[in-house]
Amino acid sequence: MQTLLRTPLYERHVALGARMVPFAGWEMPVQYEGVIPEHRAVREDCGVFDVSHMGRFEFEGPKVPAALQGLLSNDIDKVDVGGAQYTLLTNERGGIIDDLIVYRVEGGRFILIVNAGNREADFEWILEHAGAGTDLRDKSDEFALLAVQGPRSLERLGLDEAPAFTWEMGEVVGIEVMINRTGYTGEPGVELMVMTEDAGSLWDAVVERGATPCGLGARDTLRLEVCYPLHGNDIGPDTDAISAGLGWVCALDTEFTGVEELRRIKADGPARKLVAFVMQEPGIPRQGMAIEEGGEVTSGSHSPMLDRGIGMGYVDASHTEPGTMLTIDVRGRPRRAEVVKKPIYKKEA
Amino acid sequence: MAAAESYPDDLRYNRDHDWARVDGGEATLGISWFAQDSLGDLVHFEPPGDGAEVAKGSSYGEVESVKAVSDLISPLSGTVIEVNQKVVEEPETVNEDPYGDGWLVRIRLADDSEVDDLLDAAAYKAFVDEQ
Repeated sequence: MQTLLRTPLYERHVALGARMVPFAGWEMPVQYEGVIPEHRAVREDCGVFDVSHMGRFEFEGPKVPAALQGLLSNDIDKVDVGGAQYTLLTNERGGIIDDLIVYRVEGGRFILIVNAGNREADFEWILEHAGAGTDLRDKSDEFALLAVQGPRSLERLGLDEAPAFTWEMGEVVGIEVMINRTGYTGEPGVELMVMTEDAGSLWDAVVERGATPCGLGARDTLRLEVCYPLHGNDIGPDTDAISAGLGWVCALDTEFTGVEELRRIKADGPARKLVAFVMQEPGIPRQGMAIEEGGEVTSGSHSPMLDRGIGMGYVDASHTEPGTMLTIDVRGRPRRAEVVKKPIYKKEA
Repeated sequence: MAAAESYPDDLRYNRDHDWARVDGGEATLGISWFAQDSLGDLVHFEPPGDGAEVAKGSSYGEVESVKAVSDLISPLSGTVIEVNQKVVEEPETVNEDPYGDGWLVRIRLADDSEVDDLLDAAAYKAFVDEQ
């Protein structure tokens, strides 16, 4: 039996009545009051998620910028001190070892926030390929991470607006935090990196200020409505960034692992692509269901905002235009779905 | 608003957390408070067709929450004579009132002696407490 890891906020989740589930080796809250009210809180007001299970690496040294340029798909030279970037750790086939966010702390000093389930694989890969003049450390256990997301999150935290994909050191309710203008919900908000010993006080203060505690269930429905891929579902070592619609985070004019393969896929056009779809008949698509036109659902759920089934999946390039009808095999029942432009959910202006 | 935990005395239950309210040669079927609480907010009810034959111990439909899908296991055998359209349209009705407005189907019983195999409320409650 595997022992599950617990974040510094575990006792608080239990005290709040959360339903705890195993996730990527961690015991995490999947929901407190319920996925739907938590989802709505983030779309309409403000929610807080414990995402301390995510990995944090510190990567430092004179050769680190060059190493990251060679390891990551995006152009690291475009990230200034105080900046952040969504990027991919790629293998020789152009497959996605992980998707991550890189933060530039100083000229040759970076923080990488990686998926919990890929923490060890990422660390080994980077260590093996980075070369001399670089120092990689896994600092995950020293920090907690709270995502505060929703249209009223800045107001509730007393923070000013700032551009997306920037960060600064600051104080929230008197606690020193790294304030990252990033998130996984499609809403305005921040991700707060805090020392482990301060995590409980920060959580309590954020909840006190009116943020609704939200679990991994709402995190998944929120990201799916805005079509953010989930590593392990929609992207992985055997899927490439171009087919996944992540060409925008691939600087194909730079040299990185697998770039030749990605250039070739882009030039030839991918054989299949990751599309978003909305069910036109009852039924909820789920990961692994067949798409009868040729393909498979990689993520599926019920959309609380649309009140119907939504999903993403890979289909033949001939079936990717918005308006194309697909047939999802919902446990033996063929159900119609329509390909839609991403994101599936967009707030009305 | 979610219902409070209860297991009414006038119902019979199976170990798959489905209940039956037997009335003469007919029965109304649904899922227990425990079942709806385990699933969370229901977002879909996949009903059987009118006139479908259901067999005791077999699936007659599905209910789904955001995260999970669950087969409905019929506690009794019979023929579907009515599907609760309110639950088809508003599945959350099951969470609000699992034994009342949240009933799922009515069946005409094939063999009313099957009722004797089901748990009464006290036995089912004891079973739930072990879960």
